[in-house]
Amino acid sequence: MAGLGRGGDDRGAPAWQGPTRTGPWDEPQSPRQPYPPAQQQFPPAEEESGSTRLVRPYTVTGGRTQPRYKLALEALVSATVYEPRDLSVLAPECQAILQFCLDWRSVAEISAVLRMPLGVARILVADMSADGLVRIHQRDDSEGRPDLNLLERVLSGLRKI
Amino acid sequence: MGKTTFVGSVSEITPLTTEAVMTVASTDVDDLSHVPDKNTTTVSMDFGRITLEKDLVLYMFGTPGQHRFWFMWDDLIQGAIGAVVLVDTRRLADSFPAVDYFEASGLPFVIGINGFHGQFPHRSNDVREALAIPSTVPIIPCDARNRESTKATLVTLVEHAMSMQTAGRY
Repeated sequence: MAGLGRGGDDRGAPAWQGPTRTGPWDEPQSPRQPYPPAQQQFPPAEEESGSTRLVRPYTVTGGRTQPRYKLALEALVSATVYEPRDLSVLAPECQAILQFCLDWRSVAEISAVLRMPLGVARILVADMSADGLVRIHQRDDSEGRPDLNLLERVLSGLRKI
Repeated sequence: MGKTTFVGSVSEITPLTTEAVMTVASTDVDDLSHVPDKNTTTVSMDFGRITLEKDLVLYMFGTPGQHRFWFMWDDLIQGAIGAVVLVDTRRLADSFPAVDYFEASGLPFVIGINGFHGQFPHRSNDVREALAIPSTVPIIPCDARNRESTKATLVTLVEHAMSMQTAGRY
């Protein structure tokens, strides 16, 4: 199955100049594997509580299961160029998203690399976009299927790789 | 069948796995006795990425083919170019749900006959007949481990999507 996300090259110099925190993504280990294979940003749910083993994944969203607006899996997210501000008020999950999205990343990548269920990632990213913390690039659903021009570009791109 | 290998052979990143929490609304689901709360389970989906141009990124998502994962497909086909149904000729019937689904959705799809050890014992025409696929849908042998073979499959899919669009079929 193939989906499309369009990244932007319109972004100015480095996005989001918040407090420097050396994330595990700053130095890709190789071009092929830009993410650490199994770095856990958050402890697994099992370790967080004693009596019950399960921590509900939607706790961080305040119990909401629907994002403010629809976000495609392949929607690209990038931290907004922003005046330095106190980010410690943000949930750790949101801070991790900002750090990870210094470059364009898809919602699917956020979910996979930061180890959060897809539904949770969607809700947090939509919230952060509403708060002006991230920018989102995604195709408009009303455009329907990718048009011929876009398919031509994909085809020629595929032939070149 | 071989979908993670397929995605991995052409992706610029090692395929990643994302998980969706699924509410169980059907008895069609596997045994959930290992889950403390039996109303939910998680399903995994692998994906890879190819940066085609500076501002054009192609994502490939691999999902299991059974009925119970259709809720993920409904999500994925929005804005998708198309689908590759990877067929294991030893278990053709496993592909019926996927073929039914993509035919009904109108999403362009191609059939990739996954060869094992480079062997393709079944001819495309036999597979076409067994799956009752119209002649307009491309059926191609595909070695999921081989980058060039995977690329060729994707190229065929995009060409097919273009021809469907030109013909005004979706």
